[in-house]
Amino acid sequence: MRAGLLLLVGAMTLCGCSAPQPWVKPYEREHLADPIMSFDPNPVSSVYLDHVYEVREGARGATGSVGGGCGCN
Amino acid sequence: MRLRLGIRTRTITAALFTLAAVSRAAVLPDDRADLLWHDWSGGGVTVQGPSILVRKKVTDSLSLAANYYVDMISSASVDVLSTASPYKETRTQGSISADYIHGNTTYSLGYIESNERDYKARTGFASVSESMFGDLTTISFGFTRGFDKVGDALHQAGQPILVTWVGDADHRNWQIGLSQVLTRNLLLGLNFETDESDGYLQSPYRSARYLAFDGTVQAESAVTPNTRTGNAGSVQLKYYLPWHAAVDGNYRLYHDTWGILSHTIGAGYTQPVSTSWTLNGNVRYYRQTAANFYSDLLPFEDSQNFMSRDRELAQFHDLSLGVGASWQFHPTWPRWLEKGSLNLSYNRLHIAYDDFHDFGRPGGSPLGIPLYSYDASVTQFFISLWY
Repeated sequence: MRAGLLLLVGAMTLCGCSAPQPWVKPYEREHLADPIMSFDPNPVSSVYLDHVYEVREGARGATGSVGGGCGCN
Repeated sequence: MRLRLGIRTRTITAALFTLAAVSRAAVLPDDRADLLWHDWSGGGVTVQGPSILVRKKVTDSLSLAANYYVDMISSASVDVLSTASPYKETRTQGSISADYIHGNTTYSLGYIESNERDYKARTGFASVSESMFGDLTTISFGFTRGFDKVGDALHQAGQPILVTWVGDADHRNWQIGLSQVLTRNLLLGLNFETDESDGYLQSPYRSARYLAFDGTVQAESAVTPNTRTGNAGSVQLKYYLPWHAAVDGNYRLYHDTWGILSHTIGAGYTQPVSTSWTLNGNVRYYRQTAANFYSDLLPFEDSQNFMSRDRELAQFHDLSLGVGASWQFHPTWPRWLEKGSLNLSYNRLHIAYDDFHDFGRPGGSPLGIPLYSYDASVTQFFISLWY
């Protein structure tokens, strides 16, 4: 019990002293900065497609970018 | 006779301009304008119209955006033909939003207003996004509040259309998201969302069906619960391929208190083929279980407290395949224009129901009718300008 407490305090101290260091340096992000790596390169299009599915399916949300919609029966 | 004018506007569950959890680093979005034309054709329904999105930085730390969206609907779907007449209607939606950046934090506020003849929705949203660990990680929190007004439109020959407001619906939505740079070639996005709705949550135009003593299918009023809470969680991955291409995959799990459990899985591929042309393709599969109170054909009249035959609440699956092309150009005039792109995309969608039949108008026999399914085409053409 005591050893566990010491371990926990030790771990918290270490975490408090040293913030995680970026493991992908800024100069290594050339590929990530390419426009083809954007999750949502065309918001006006993705919002429309999310809307198309949302009005016809029971599920909704958690798509990252979502818009409003009509029933369009 | 009732003209099926109204369309059930679904809850605006999140905001058009809410910072997506997958955004990276604390930077304001690009100044750009998009003009899109959309077209849906399938299931006896056509929906088309424009969408215009304009975004501009007004200072180094403040960006404003506005969107105007139109759905022009012409519907003769199986639901409409079984209880009413084909109809045409227009829905318009306007949105404004502001993004303010301070240090590594981005604050967003916005308002959305949607109007139809028989449905009005007012929605406000706010979110905050924090970039950390050398911009490798971004965490986002968002809240959306919506107020809907639901109407029932009745049209009798020679009479003006009469809209009766039958109820209100309130919506509260919470979102949390995380984006993470995993390696120099791999990105991860996680999103979780809770949606809570109460009030009038059904369509005044939909009816339940039951088997009458004479063996025919008859209609009765649908009754759905007046509360609904749903949870959705998703994961996205995107990977940069060595030959200058990108592949992505995503999965979403959804469950709500009406008993719907769904899985969505998708994948995409993006390939630049020259300095100007980029091609892409995508596939998406979705399936869901039915709501607890859904029934295609009830055994007798008033056999349940809650009953509905909304197709959106049935058990079904759909598959979508899409392709797209983008051509980027760099005009020399006007000077303030940095670049532009012309984009065309096409999706083919197949929806197949496991427990929904097209019984037609009340009074027919339920025998010998196949399960309902249909195909649809979704086309988008848009021009984007960066300035």
